[in-house]
Amino acid sequence: METPNLSYIYNMSGGDTAFEKKIINIIKMEFPLEKEEYLKNFKAKNFKLTADNVHKLKHKISILGLDKSYEIASAFENDLLKGNTSLNQEFKSILINITNYLQQL
Amino acid sequence: MNCIIIDDEVTARAIIGQLCSKVENLNVIEEFPNAIQAIKYLNQHTVDLIFLDIHMPDFTGFDFIETLKNPPKIILTTSDSNFAIQAFEYDCILDYLVKPIAPERFQKALQKATDKQNSSVDSYDSSKKTERTSADDLYINIDRRLIKIDIPSIYLIEAKGDYIHVKTENKNYMVHSTLKKIEDKLPDHLFLKIHRSYIINIKKIIDIEDNSVLIKRDVIPVSRSNRPQLMKLLNLL
Repeated sequence: METPNLSYIYNMSGGDTAFEKKIINIIKMEFPLEKEEYLKNFKAKNFKLTADNVHKLKHKISILGLDKSYEIASAFENDLLKGNTSLNQEFKSILINITNYLQQL
Repeated sequence: MNCIIIDDEVTARAIIGQLCSKVENLNVIEEFPNAIQAIKYLNQHTVDLIFLDIHMPDFTGFDFIETLKNPPKIILTTSDSNFAIQAFEYDCILDYLVKPIAPERFQKALQKATDKQNSSVDSYDSSKKTERTSADDLYINIDRRLIKIDIPSIYLIEAKGDYIHVKTENKNYMVHSTLKKIEDKLPDHLFLKIHRSYIINIKKIIDIEDNSVLIKRDVIPVSRSNRPQLMKLLNLL
């Protein structure tokens, strides 16, 4: 499994540590809510809304430098629109990976 | 230059806000988590530029643009590269940024906005759609009548023996002619022969899968030899 990193945030902050702190806090605040929403909609088998949730989470996956996970999330988003949930476990692993990483920050 | 940011994600708004803060003379005057709030704001205020997310619940970025009578300059921000072709339909859209937005790419998009602002071509955009030239028209001969067709409205031309089937947004025509003849009359940047029997308007493509193109409701084969040229014309990421 890939390791999340803050390279993108450092690159775009241009050394602005206040911004780095701010964006990390926003991600730490927004990510669990989006994850929760995703789990709720998936459980309810509302796959259109679940796809929307995955779409939103995709951005954070990419911000954290998880290129392969991003590909999986993109495929999962498309699959969900067709009612195919086969990538769910893989996607959940990505979310766990990010959750663990954010807890360390 | 005054701008607003429309994105349902807090993280995205913060990142775009940060990128904007590094640009001289660019002021973020408001941020909105959805298009509805932005529409209400724009009913009372004018802005020079909008950073607009496409994929938002209930009301997409494209839905939002359709509500604007005189849209300002717009830079699309999205996690999807799939909408790039649709974006070409709108004169107000200056650029298309795929998230996560790289600072260098953002600068490039901003440069486009600044150039537009400086050259005062805003009015050009709004009149562009209505300004028509003879180059937009094609006359076809059907039953000894010359019928005018708006070239950009053509989305597909199919060879049918001694005839060609010209499909447009409004009507279809069966014309006694050849693909070669009509191909010579069409602008290269808009039309491409993707198969010995088909010419398509690349702006009307919905999606491309393996060796076929979905255009309106028609699935059209792409021949192996024409595929590289098609891919070259697309704004691929």
